[in-house]
Amino acid sequence: MTAFILKRLGIGFATLILASVVVFSVMEILPGDPAQLMLGMNATDEALRALRNEMGLNDPVLLRYVSWIGGMLVGDFGNSYTYSSPVIELIGERAIVSLPLAVIALLLSTLIAIPVGMFAAARRGSVADTSVMGVTQLGVAIPNFWFALLLIYVFAVWLRLVPAGGFPGWENGIWPGIRSLLLPAVALALPQAAILARVTRSAMLEVLGEDYIRTARAKGMPRRIVLWRHALRNALIPVLTILGLQFAFLLAGTIIIENVFYLPGLGRLVFQAITQRDLIVVEGVVMLLVASVVIVNLAVDLTYAVVDPRLRTRA
Amino acid sequence: MTIESHVPEDVPQHWLRQSLTNRSFVTGLVITALIAAMALISFVWTPYDVTNLIVADRMKGLSAEHVFGTDHFGRDIFSMIMVGSRNSIAVAIVAVGIGMGIGVPLGCWAAARGGLVDEALMRFNDLVFAFPALLSAVMITAIAGPGAINAIIAIGIFNVPVFARVARAGALALWPREYILAARAAGKGKVLITVEHILPNIASMLLVQGTIQFALGILAEAGLSYLGLGAQPPMPSWGRMLFDAQTRMMVAPHLAIFPGLAIVITVLGLNLLGDGLRDVLDPRLRRER
Amino acid sequence: MSLLEIENLRLSIGDTPILKDIDLTIEAGEVMGLVGESGSGKSMTALTVMKLLPYAARAKGRVTFDGIDILAAPEDAMNRLRGDDIGMVFQEPMTALNPVKTIGEQVAEGIRWHTSANRAEAEARARAILDRVGLPEAQFPLTRYPHELSGGQRQRVVIAIACALKPKLLIADEPTTALDVVLQAQILDLLRDLVDENRMGLLLISHDLAVVTDMADRVTIMRNGEVMEAGETAGTLSEQKHSYTRQLAQASVHVPERRARSKDDGEPLLELTDVVKVYTLRRASLFGPHRHFRAVDGVSLSLARGQSKALVGRSGCGKSTLARMILALDHPTGGSIRFEGEELTGRSEADLKPARRNMQVVFQDPYGSFNPRHKVERLVAEPLHLVEPSPGAAEKRERVAQALAEVGMSPADMDKYAHEFSGGQRQRLSIARAVITRPRLIICDEPVSALDVSIRAQILDLFADLNQRLGVAYLFITHDLTVARAITDQVLVMHEGRIVEEGDTGRVFDAPQSDAARALVDAAPDLERAIARRLASVG
Repeated sequence: MTAFILKRLGIGFATLILASVVVFSVMEILPGDPAQLMLGMNATDEALRALRNEMGLNDPVLLRYVSWIGGMLVGDFGNSYTYSSPVIELIGERAIVSLPLAVIALLLSTLIAIPVGMFAAARRGSVADTSVMGVTQLGVAIPNFWFALLLIYVFAVWLRLVPAGGFPGWENGIWPGIRSLLLPAVALALPQAAILARVTRSAMLEVLGEDYIRTARAKGMPRRIVLWRHALRNALIPVLTILGLQFAFLLAGTIIIENVFYLPGLGRLVFQAITQRDLIVVEGVVMLLVASVVIVNLAVDLTYAVVDPRLRTRA
Repeated sequence: MTIESHVPEDVPQHWLRQSLTNRSFVTGLVITALIAAMALISFVWTPYDVTNLIVADRMKGLSAEHVFGTDHFGRDIFSMIMVGSRNSIAVAIVAVGIGMGIGVPLGCWAAARGGLVDEALMRFNDLVFAFPALLSAVMITAIAGPGAINAIIAIGIFNVPVFARVARAGALALWPREYILAARAAGKGKVLITVEHILPNIASMLLVQGTIQFALGILAEAGLSYLGLGAQPPMPSWGRMLFDAQTRMMVAPHLAIFPGLAIVITVLGLNLLGDGLRDVLDPRLRRER
Repeated sequence: MSLLEIENLRLSIGDTPILKDIDLTIEAGEVMGLVGESGSGKSMTALTVMKLLPYAARAKGRVTFDGIDILAAPEDAMNRLRGDDIGMVFQEPMTALNPVKTIGEQVAEGIRWHTSANRAEAEARARAILDRVGLPEAQFPLTRYPHELSGGQRQRVVIAIACALKPKLLIADEPTTALDVVLQAQILDLLRDLVDENRMGLLLISHDLAVVTDMADRVTIMRNGEVMEAGETAGTLSEQKHSYTRQLAQASVHVPERRARSKDDGEPLLELTDVVKVYTLRRASLFGPHRHFRAVDGVSLSLARGQSKALVGRSGCGKSTLARMILALDHPTGGSIRFEGEELTGRSEADLKPARRNMQVVFQDPYGSFNPRHKVERLVAEPLHLVEPSPGAAEKRERVAQALAEVGMSPADMDKYAHEFSGGQRQRLSIARAVITRPRLIICDEPVSALDVSIRAQILDLFADLNQRLGVAYLFITHDLTVARAITDQVLVMHEGRIVEEGDTGRVFDAPQSDAARALVDAAPDLERAIARRLASVG
């Protein structure tokens, strides 16, 4: 078990290092002078020189990489040029919007998808199954930002139940904050839930065809109990894999959804940073997002060991 | 051990008959064919010229002249959707091509060699999966500025590990099979075995994955264009149309409805086609459905 | 009234009739053997009694268990019967247990469900039954997971689940088919003891006439969904009145006609000296040393031209690993393998060509042996790749036609796909592929163990015939001593990676010297001996 965890940790760490090299190199191979790019053509030589010094552009590549990584490890992501404040502060301000959004969306998607998938699998071939699968087929095909537009039109423009966009800030109370995250979370969650429900259903069906399900039935256990006690836990293994992958899509999805709803989150920050050529911000946020994908997948790997005893003993 | 008397293995002959009785397959094929036809026709004919801005006709609702109405520049939405399909399809096809072209050889190589090569491929996959297509598109745009090429590269890169994974898993399952051992005993090398035995037998899996990635590519391209990171105006694209529609939605919801429906129908068609193909090509999976 | 009465049972799946008018009874405490080849409907009969039939199956007729009309019983009545009054043991122990639950949970679950036992009581009873089936607490605590047990041990757990509540009827569907002969004998002993102790009725389903003869008081012989003959075991099998019974019995003990091989003093065709294969296992702990497993541990053997030699042993003894090394599909860790005087190990694929041309292989699984996307012509012609200069299309076709004729198939079969043939025909195709280059040696890895007995007899005849006509030598890997006896002159007995005994096949099997060989011979089912024992016990 410890060997399994250590191996997974090692792989996660290696992936992170590689990812940081990729992000760093991408910024490195930028054509032209980053300082010039950021300041534009009209910048004075003085300003350029100051920025170059600040960015450490005159140091050797390896040194810059090490100091970049070292800085991030102690929370120093550099300073944003456009916002003239430390990137870490910007990230902090924005994360308190993005993080709750991602968490709500993930919860919503999981809580809807897994019961729906199980339900459909248990009633395979029935009208209920066919219609659930039809709906999920449609759900998979809907782009989340278009779904978001439709939600805005129905719930904000027509029914006026929730704001069409923007974020009041947590200082005005929890509820108004959550209220304005609700539509974005639904928009993010439903297409994901459709995929997850389909995966859950097919994983359940596969497990239900296994010999040990027949053994359990031969013990006299009713179908319903067998479904919960024997099938679900085995079916969770592929479902977890997809859940881990979906987290990455969810994070990427926030970039779009935050723009649809004008939410001041990380996605919007990175998007604006691109249009403003604020590379230090782009670098920092991308690295942060990548790191969280890696960490979530690591967590998924470790959950396997809890679900599947075969992994626990396999050193 | 006795053998089951009727093991339905791959049955190449009945392929056609099976496909024509499979509802998903037929529906998917028809939708996909219609969309493809629409894209092709758009090269020679559209109801209106999409480069021609007629401000007097702006934001008209549905009418006999403009079946889906017009946009804020007075362009015909139906014509825009026709022309926009080219971009969606082209980006998705090239991205799938990149993914297959690089991913499949990589996956087959890793499965045939095993050991370090295999381990390296898995780590590469982990790495790419850490960068969702949208995030790499963001980075690429940061370097090279926005454009359709960015979308292709970003989505294509993301497709590489997907196909590598499918090819590797399929090939790994085949290598211990007795007919591969027999081929090795017949002195055939790894390359020849991969070409003669592995590829034909994983082709159906790859084809199915191809349609799925194609559908995902259409969705991703729409997202990138919506953000302004994909195809640039005046080239019509579905995502861009939705972006333009957003601020005008209160007055003209049709601006958002039709491009969105175009995306949904295309993706739905491809997914149905993929499901149908899987059913027809892989009898083992069909029983589970 | 009998414990189980099946009358006029008809079963169809969709439009396909599976069972036709089956009659069968089992008395309390009686062992009923249900015998038949694949597709005979024996498993479906068992599943009907459990009412665990596939989705689209429809059963008609009457099935009465202990006075209860099974076909009419509602689902919860069946749930009360299953696992309590009727237990069932399945064929494949490796997949019959839930991998994410401990064996204790899985045994106790049924006990708790059927009795009002609380958790502690159920666990105590689970413990007791696991002890009884030969899984003592010291090595097999309740907290073990299935993957920590071997196939034989898992089958014991499945038996514990089925017998935990002392059912009136136990159904065992090919319970030992996936196990090697030694384990088979142990599991059959256990079943026999459990049945005697608790006066259970046992419905034992098997394709192996010898196993059933050994175990059953009465037998029912099925074919294509119909009962061919039923009756008391000793009489039915000694008299063999029904033609199908006779056919099955004869096929089970079939020995092809072979002339004794004339002495040959030339250099050996194949010679192995001290061949070793060591696998490195995962470390026990992170910083511990690597552990090693010596799958093949210093094997030396030699095979003369035209000779047919058997390599027998229990599963996992290293025989298949050895075969792969001889075929140069796997590299030995040490030792030398010489074929026609040439060392094989360490050669490049190009240098191996002549050796490969003269050494071919036939595998066990006639379904997995062919690429499903190629036609027979291409499948059988595959080894022609080794022939230089490579033959033209016309010559290729001609040689394929000739090879097909050699194994009793028609040249017209060339344009079909492998799935269009039955298991026996596919095995003929495998053999055609092996002989097309006129090899001097064919390595046969369990080539008949996946086949029904009647087909097996035909394939053994073909092997014997090719041995005579083409002078090809065989290294015949098998776990089935009847097969070894039928087709080989000499035998090697392998145990834990070593050759522990070798000699003339008849002599070794009649008077085994080593413990491993004796264990194999004692455990091997033998129809003639079993019938003799039956008759003696009836008096």
